Order: sequence, then structure tokens, then C-alpha cells
Amino acid sequence: MSFMPSFLISLAAVAVLFGIGYGGAAAGAGAVIGIFVPYAALLLFLGGLVWKVADWANSPVPFRIPTTSGQQKSLDWIRRDPIDSPFTKGEVALRMALEVLFFRSLLKNTKTQLHHGKPVYATDLWLWLAAMIFHYSMLVVLLRHLRLFLAETPFFVTAIERADGFMQVGVPVFYATSIGILLGLLWLLSRRILNPMVRYISLPNDYFPLLLLLGIAGSGFCLRYIDKTDIVAVKELTVGLATFSPAADAIANISPLFFGHLFLVAILFAYFPFSKLMHLAGVFLSPTRNLANNSRAERHINPWNPKVKMHTYEEYEDDFRDLMKEVGLPVEKE
Amino acid sequence: MAKFDEMAFYDHKEMTNISYAPPATPWMDTPVQFRPGSYIYPGKARHLEYLGLPNPREWEVTEDDWKLQDNWKQIILEGMADRLQRFRSFKLFMDICVRCGACADKCHFFIGGGDPKNMPVLRAELLRSIYRKNFTAMGKVMGKIAGGRPLTIDVIKEWFYYFFQCTECRRCSVFCPYGIDTAEITMMGRELLGLLGIYVNWIIEPAANCFRTGNHLGIQPHTMKDIFDDFATDIEDITGVSVDIPFNRKGAEVLFVTPSGDIFAEPGIYTAMGYCLFFNEIGLDYTWSTYASEGGNFGLFTSNEVMKRLNSKIYSEAQRLGVKYIIGGECGHMWRVLHQYMDTMNGPADFLETPKNPITGTVFEHAKSTKMIHIMEFMADLIKNGKMPPVDKSRNDDCVVTFHDSCNPARGMGIFEEPRYVLRHVCNNFVEMPENTIREQTFCCGGGAGLGTDENMEMRLRGGLPRGAAVKHVQDTHGVNRLACMCAIDRATLHTVCEYWAHGVEVCGITELVANAMICKGEKKREINMRFQPLPGAEQE
Repeated sequence: MSFMPSFLISLAAVAVLFGIGYGGAAAGAGAVIGIFVPYAALLLFLGGLVWKVADWANSPVPFRIPTTSGQQKSLDWIRRDPIDSPFTKGEVALRMALEVLFFRSLLKNTKTQLHHGKPVYATDLWLWLAAMIFHYSMLVVLLRHLRLFLAETPFFVTAIERADGFMQVGVPVFYATSIGILLGLLWLLSRRILNPMVRYISLPNDYFPLLLLLGIAGSGFCLRYIDKTDIVAVKELTVGLATFSPAADAIANISPLFFGHLFLVAILFAYFPFSKLMHLAGVFLSPTRNLANNSRAERHINPWNPKVKMHTYEEYEDDFRDLMKEVGLPVEKE
Repeated sequence: MAKFDEMAFYDHKEMTNISYAPPATPWMDTPVQFRPGSYIYPGKARHLEYLGLPNPREWEVTEDDWKLQDNWKQIILEGMADRLQRFRSFKLFMDICVRCGACADKCHFFIGGGDPKNMPVLRAELLRSIYRKNFTAMGKVMGKIAGGRPLTIDVIKEWFYYFFQCTECRRCSVFCPYGIDTAEITMMGRELLGLLGIYVNWIIEPAANCFRTGNHLGIQPHTMKDIFDDFATDIEDITGVSVDIPFNRKGAEVLFVTPSGDIFAEPGIYTAMGYCLFFNEIGLDYTWSTYASEGGNFGLFTSNEVMKRLNSKIYSEAQRLGVKYIIGGECGHMWRVLHQYMDTMNGPADFLETPKNPITGTVFEHAKSTKMIHIMEFMADLIKNGKMPPVDKSRNDDCVVTFHDSCNPARGMGIFEEPRYVLRHVCNNFVEMPENTIREQTFCCGGGAGLGTDENMEMRLRGGLPRGAAVKHVQDTHGVNRLACMCAIDRATLHTVCEYWAHGVEVCGITELVANAMICKGEKKREINMRFQPLPGAEQE
């Protein structure tokens, strides 16, 4: 599918979904959107997540195939690379941690350009930077939202908020991640649209989650800074959801915009396990990253190691015995 | 007039006039075009029959009818379902790609050709689109909107074209934030095609040969003996040393295995002769085998089952001969198999002992399960312990050497320092290529994974462009005239790549340079190198 239909379908889907949340609440279905939908989405999310991870885990890893990007462990005096060629479980954990926390492989990214038919490779960290900004902003935003689900705001949430609000420019406190998440997403989206190669490989499956997240972040931004709603009522509703005692009476005091936001969040949760967003969990299971490069020291077991037809030495000698004897090669049977 | 399977057919200007701009039509609507020089001939029926593989028949790539089984669609879908259950890598890599494009410009075929389906991500999407349509809820319901597409004969043809335009070099997987490895995808794609009897002859003939004669080239035992007798004669002519080359000798301490490509053609034979001279000089109690006369494994490019069948000979021969451990020569994909697959497939090798260098006493603990070490590990240990025979580096002074990290030893093993350590020990002039083209970022020769045949010349030259350009760079800036590498496929294919992209640079193995430099006991005055060329300084005398 070419760019335009892919993009427009995704955009229309997000717009319609937002409309359902917004319009549904305005039309008086706030309880459905504010209580039933979030629970259903959460169930789909948890169920889907467990199912998908179990499904992956049920397929064995027949061979130990780490991508080695550094010196192996061999002779003692040769300095080895414990991160890019990990030999122990601890070293694997370190490699994984750097991958998960800092997107280390993306840090190696280069851009290939042709100069008079000669390829030239330049370091290119824009994708890494955009990914870091988006993912960490998203994480902080999520943690900040804990305030809404817990009656007592935990100390670390307050601490995060203080750090995030370092650009204090009035009331309400302006959070760096509010803009970070939007910038990160817009960056990733424009890159997808403007880079011809990336545009060519992009599917609706790529535009939809980006636009969905933009819808969520954008409506969230509005709710916090522009078109505020009754935050006390929201907290009543959300704490109610978290404590399984839904506060239906609070719904009437909350603006439809909030329900547009909430509905998109619910869609994100429900969509998550069935989409590429599962890279969040998948990265931990990737056999090229989470295995030690020690396959010559410790035998890796393939649970389905097949029985196959071999050509044995005896059969070989039967095929060639006379020729072997002619040139004086030793044989088993004269 | 040159033909498409000859280098001269390809004009340099045209070959470097590369556009990375994708075509106007979306990739799902852009069918494959089979252009002579960019695909490989089909596997002949007799080789498939010999290996007992499905649907042996004679067929042509350019014909409409590929003579597939009537229920080919069912075979493919069942084959996919089966492999999704057996390979976590396959299932995971089908699900988690976010199409960030980090891999896109990392593939040598894309860099040198610009075909968007050679972007690793799109190569994988060829399979993923079928996976989504048939194995995911979203794809089943939403079809194209969820990135799915129906399985048609054109998809099979596209798979054939592009899964045999991937050398399984793993360069893209270094850059992927989730470690998605296109080699795994290509292997699965090739296994699936194999279920329909779709193989290329350049792979399946060597595989069948290897099954029967023990080596890819189909060299029978008596011929092999003759070849090595000739090696011994040549070595004596060059060095004055009469070497003993033992074959199929029971009770030897070490079995030596290397790819057969090196005993058959230049420049690999100089490396093979180097092994003979080296082992003779250090007095290693070793043997070659005619039965396990192939370290390489074209099964790796066929299916995991064929890989296992070919590989099994190494351990079973080691057991029959009663050796203590195994040393492997300079080869690329051979070491991928030995390092990451052999023990799992055909082990445990509990009839062998942990490799121990009889001269230095070093125990190679890192190979305590596989019981197989790389000759560069063995040589590096000798050098470090001062037990290497003396060398005269100046004998390699005619060479300004650079080192090509072969894909598999680099990204499927991690052997980077040992070869460099040995190279520095035997030659005075060693220069590295630019950092984005060596070590874990090394570029493929363009002909690995069974693609190094002349009918595939255009793709070989295109795929070889990034490597060739890097060689050219050090040729221009440092006067490099020798490309050392430890891979037999490299020695065969980089020869072509260098001739085209960096004319004047010759290819060699490391052991060839070792053999040149090594001062042997009782040698005559050395005047020529392993290639029968005068040693530097010898011309003037």
C-alpha cells in the first residue's frame, strides 16, 4: 500500500476512535467509556501480553546464535569484549541492559551516502535521539500518571515530577516530557514520511501507532495545559478504577475531551499485544542478543535435534575402497 | 563481446550510477524481474535425488511454470507453521520489527544496487506479509491494511530472487535494536523454498558432492591424495623441505579440517600448502581426512537438516581415527557452523579431549565442549609463547597487507584479534581499512552463502562494491596490494571483487603469508614465495 492510503487510513482510524470517546461521553455513555472500556482494554492487554510472550517462549531456541560484535573469549592474554561478545550470564545481562535502557545497537547507526559512486558511512544518531526522547518521555509521563491511580502519591512520583518540571514557567508546572513525547513522536513520524526509504517500507501498522500515541499525547497536553477538566473528579474516577470500586458519579463532572483521551489510551492497551509494539517484550527474548557467545565451551541443547540420514564412513569406504587402496590410503576393510 | 557472466560485461560507470530512490509502485505491487546476471540457476534433479530432497525435476527460473507440487501452497503454510513452532528466532522476528529502517542501508547488496527489496527490513517483509495474512488475527481480518498479502506464485518467485540475494552475513543484525537477524530470515525462506524443491545448483551440487565424497568439489580420495602429493612437490621446490602430509591416520593427536575450495584453486592452494608446511615444521602429530575433507558446509545455505548431515562427518571421523581434538583451518561459514551449530547438532564430543597445544601446553578452555579450535588461535598461542618457528618478515615485504574480516568469523564467532596478531607477526606492512568496513561492521565479499557463481556476476559485483571500495581506498592511500582473509569463499570471490573494484590487489590467506615468512629447519636459500614468485630482494641478486 502506498503512503497516502496507509497514512490516511491510520489518521482516519485515530480520528474516529477519538470521536467515539469524545462523542460517546458527550452523548451520555461516559460510564461505558470511563469504566467498561478501560477494564476490557486492560484485560486484553494483560491477556494478550501473557499469551504472546508464552507463545514466543513455547518455541524453543534450537541453536545458540548471538550476533558477536566484539572479540570472543579465547586465549587469556587477548583482551575480549564482555559486552558485545558476552561469555557469562552476567555479561549477557549487561549487554541486554544496555540494549534495553540505552538502545545501544542504534547508537552504532550509520548513514550510507554515495560520493561519486563510492559509499561513505557517517555516524547518524538522529533515530537514536528521537527514540530515546520519545521512550523516556513516555516512561516519565506514565509514571506521573500514577498520581491519578493512587490515593497517596508515592515519593518517587513526586521526585520525578520535580525533576521533570525543572523548566518551571508558571502554574501548572510545565513538564519537559510533555513536550518531549510530542517532539519525539513528531520526529519519528516526519522521518517516516520524509525519508523515501523509510516511507517505502512503512505500513499502516507503522502510522497507526504513531498517530494513536500522538492523539493520546496531544489530548493529554490539552487536558493539562489548555482545556482543563475537573481534576478532582478525574482522580475520583481513576482511583475508583484502580481500587475496583468505580466512581460513576464523578463522570458527569469530567469533560468529553478527557474521554477522548482515555478511549485512545484504552485502544493503545488493547492494540498493544497484537502489534509491533510488542518489541517492548520481544527485545528480551531475542536470541541474537540474549545468549552468551560460549557455544564452544558449553553445549547448547536443541530439544528437537532431528534424526537425519548420514553418509557413514563405512558407506564412503564401500564407494571408494579400491581407489583408496590404489593410492595407499588406509582402509578399514581390505 | 563479454557475456553477462563475465566481469567485462559490466561498465564501471553504470555500476556506480546507483539510485537509492525507491520505485513509484509500492513493493507489494512490484513483481520480480529475472535479469541475467542477477539470479542463480536451479538445482539439478540428480543432486536433489541424491540428498533425498523433495520435488526433484529440471526447471528454468525464467519459465512461467516452475513445476511445483499441486498443493504447494499448503506445503509452504504447513512449513511455516512447523518452523514457527521450532524456531523462536523466526516467530519473534516475524512479530517485533518496527520498520525503523536502521538496517536499510547496511546491506552490501542494497548499497551496491539500490533495489529496495535488498533492504534487510524489506527482505524480511517478503515473509512477514505472508505470516501476517495467514498466522495473525489482524492480518486474517484486515488483510492489506494490516500488512498482509496472499500467498501467490509471484511471492514464491520473489522469495527465490531475494533469499538468494542475501549472503547471511548478519551485518544488518549488528545495527538492529532488537537484534533481528536477516540470516535467520533467509535461512527460513530457503528452507521453505526447499520444501518445493526450489534450490540453486551452486549450493545443492556442492551439498550433494559433500555428502558423497566428503567435500563440496566432489574430489574423490585418490585424487585428493594426488593433489597433496603435488603440494608436497611444490613445497619442496620452494623451500627444499620435504613435508609429510598424513591422511586418514589413526591415532594422530589432531584431526585437521579445512574447506576443500582451498585445495582446488588459486589463491587458496597457497594457504593449503601453507598448512602442510606449518604442521610439518612444528612437528604436530596430526592427520587430514579424505572422508571429512570439507570444513565448509553448504548445508548451512540449504536447511538445518542438510547442515547436520554434512557436518556429522567431522565428529564421526574424529572418533574413528581416535584423535584427541580437532583444528579447523581458515574458513568463514565453516566457523559459523563449527562455533554455533556443530556441538548442538552432532555433539556431545565426549570421546575427544579439551584441546591442548602439545608444544606450549596451553589448554583451550573456551573450546572445552566442542573440542575444536581455530588455526589462528593455535598459531597465536605459539607466537605468544615464543614457540612459533622463526620468521623472516621481510619475505613478505612485497606486500602491503590489509585484512578483511570475513562475515561469519566476525559476527558469528568474534575472532578479531588472533588473525591480526598472526599477521603482524609475519609481515611488516599491515594497514587497516576504514573502521565502518572492518571487524563487526565488515562487508561481505558479495558471494557468500552460496551466491559466488559467475551467472550471478552482476549481483556479486554490486554486493562486492562496499568491500571493493574500502580496499580501493587503502590501495590509493597506503599502496595496499594484498588483501588477507581467512575464508575460502572470500579467496575465490574477493579475487573477482578486487579485480573489478580495486584492480591490482591480490587475495590470500593468512597461512600463506605465515608459510612465506617461516624459516624452516633445513630449508634451502628461499628465493621464491608460495606463489613461485621471487621474494622481495631476490630479483636484484
